[in-house]
Amino acid sequence: MNKTSYENLTRGIIKENPTFVMLLGMCPTLGVTTSAFNGLGMGLATLFVLILSNSAISLIKNFIPPMVRIPSYIVVIAAFVTVIDLLMSAYLPGLHAALGIFIPLIVVNCIILGRAEAFASKNNLWQSILDGIGMGIGFTIGLTSLGIVREILGNGSVFNYPLVGEDATPMLLFIMPPGAFLALAGLIVLFNKLRRA
Amino acid sequence: MNYKTFLKMLITLTTIAVLSAFVLSSVYNLTKEPIKKAQEQKQLEAISEVVTNFDNDPFAEKMIITTPDKKDKLEFYPARKDGNINSFAIKTYSNNGFGGRIDLIVGFYIDGAVKSFKLLKHGETPGLGSKADEPKFKNQFDGFNPNRHKFKVKQDGGEIDGITAATITSRAVIDAIQRAVDAYNNFNAGK
Amino acid sequence: MAYLMIFITAIFVNNIVLSQFLGICPFLGVSKKISTAAGMGFAVMFVMTLSTIVTFLIYYTFLQPYNLTFMITVTFILVIAALVQMVEIIIKKVSPALYQALGIFLPLITTNCAVLGIAILTIQKNYTLLAGVCYALASAMGFTLAIVIFAGIRERLAYTKIPVALQGTPIALITAGLLSMAFMGFAGISN
Repeated sequence: MNKTSYENLTRGIIKENPTFVMLLGMCPTLGVTTSAFNGLGMGLATLFVLILSNSAISLIKNFIPPMVRIPSYIVVIAAFVTVIDLLMSAYLPGLHAALGIFIPLIVVNCIILGRAEAFASKNNLWQSILDGIGMGIGFTIGLTSLGIVREILGNGSVFNYPLVGEDATPMLLFIMPPGAFLALAGLIVLFNKLRRA
Repeated sequence: MNYKTFLKMLITLTTIAVLSAFVLSSVYNLTKEPIKKAQEQKQLEAISEVVTNFDNDPFAEKMIITTPDKKDKLEFYPARKDGNINSFAIKTYSNNGFGGRIDLIVGFYIDGAVKSFKLLKHGETPGLGSKADEPKFKNQFDGFNPNRHKFKVKQDGGEIDGITAATITSRAVIDAIQRAVDAYNNFNAGK
Repeated sequence: MAYLMIFITAIFVNNIVLSQFLGICPFLGVSKKISTAAGMGFAVMFVMTLSTIVTFLIYYTFLQPYNLTFMITVTFILVIAALVQMVEIIIKKVSPALYQALGIFLPLITTNCAVLGIAILTIQKNYTLLAGVCYALASAMGFTLAIVIFAGIRERLAYTKIPVALQGTPIALITAGLLSMAFMGFAGISN
C-alpha cells in the first residue's frame, strides 16, 4: 500500500477520529451507547453506509452539476440508509429495535455527508473506499469504547458478560442520559492525553 | 441560469431519484417476508415464554377481545396441546409506565391465574423499572389469580411485592395485566 | 389535557436534547452565546413545526395509501432540505430583518437530526396532525430551553479557570451532563 492510501485509511482512526477529535455524529454516539453491543452495531451500520455512499458518490461525481450536488448526495445516502434499515429489521431485529430512531437518522449524521462532500466528491473510487473504511472504523471504535465504559460502570457487565455479582449495585447513572455526556467527556480527556503522549 | 443547465440538473436529480427508488423497492420486496417472519418470531417467542407447552399455531387462532368499556382491543392467543386449550396469552399494555407506554404479553392458566408475562416494548429506566422483566419480580405472579386476590402492590394494600425504587413500573405492569383480565372476563361473560 | 401532557412531556420529561439525544450538534456547536442560541432555537421551532406538518401530509396522502412507507427516510429528508431552502428564500424576500436574525442558522438546520427525528417519530407514535404539531412545537421549545440554559452556563464558564485537560469540549460535555441530570428530576412527573 502506498503512502497516500495508508494516510487516507488511517486518517479517520486517530488524527481525525470522528468521535473524539471531530465530534461528528454526536446524536447516535450519545444516544445508543447504553451497551457495548449497541455501540458496535451502530458503528458497523454507519461504516457500511459510509463505504457504500463514498463509493457511489465517487463514481457519479463527474455527472452531477455543482448546484444540485448536495440534494443528489442526500438522496444517495438516504437510499443506502434505507437499505441497511430494511436489512437490519429482517435479519437483526433485536439490534434494530435497540437502535430505533437512530437508524434512519444515519442520513443526517454529519460524518457521512461530510465525507461525501470533503472527500468522495474529489477522489477516486479506491481512495474513497479507504477513507470510508477508516472513518467508519474510527466511529465504530469511538462508539464501542463509549458503550464498553458505560456498560461496565452502569450495568456491571461488558458485551452482556457480567463482571460483578448479582448483589452489586452498578452506577446506573452511566446508562442513563447524563452518563452519556460524562463518560464521553472522560474518554475525550483520555484520548487527548494519549495522543499528546 | 440558462435553460441547458436547468435541464441537466433536472435530469440528474430525476435519474438519481428513480434509480434509488428502484433499488429500494427491490430491497423492500426481498426483505418483506423476512421482516414479517422476524416480527412473528419475536412475538411467538414471547408467547411460548408465558404459556404452557403447546402444539398448535397460536397465530392462526388469534382472536380480538375487548375490555368492558369497549375502549381497548387486545390480541388473544390460545395455546393448545392435543386439541385442548391449556393456557392462553393476551397482548396488553399500560400507559402509566415511568417512561410512558409499556407493551407486554401475559400468559394465563385456563382457570384465570397468571402464569407469566414478558415485556415487549417499554421506556422504563434501565436497571430500575426494567427489572420488571426479571424473575425476581415476575416469579411471584406464577399461579396468582387476580380474580381471587388483591391484585395491587403492597404499598396500595395489595399482595404484590413491588420492584424496589420502581413502584410506578410495578403498578403499570399490574394495570396492564388487569386490563387483560378484564377483557378476558368480558369475553367469557359474552360467550 | 392530552395536548398539555404532550407539551409537558416533550419539554421537560423527554427533553429532545438532554434525554433523547437529538440535535446534539447545534446544541454543542452554537451555544457559546445566549443570543445566538436563542436565534437557533427560534429557527428550529419554526422549521420543525412546519416540516412536521408537511411531512405528515405527504406521508398520509402519498406514502401510506400507495404502500411506499419504506421510502419514508428518503422522502422526508428531501422534503425537509427543500423546505429549509424555500423558507430561506422566502424570508430573505419578505423580511430582511428576520433573515438577519435567523438566516445564518437555516442551512445548519437541514442536518439537524432533531428535525428529521421528530418528523419520523410523529409518524411512529401514530399522532394525529394536531397532536403532531403540538409534539413538534413542544420538542422545539424543549430544544430552545435546553440550548439557552446551556449557553447561559457557558457564558459564565468563559470567565472561569478550567483545568487544562478539561478545556473545550470535555467541560462542555460535563456541563451538559449536569444539565441532563437536573432534567432527570422531571421524570415521572406525568404520573
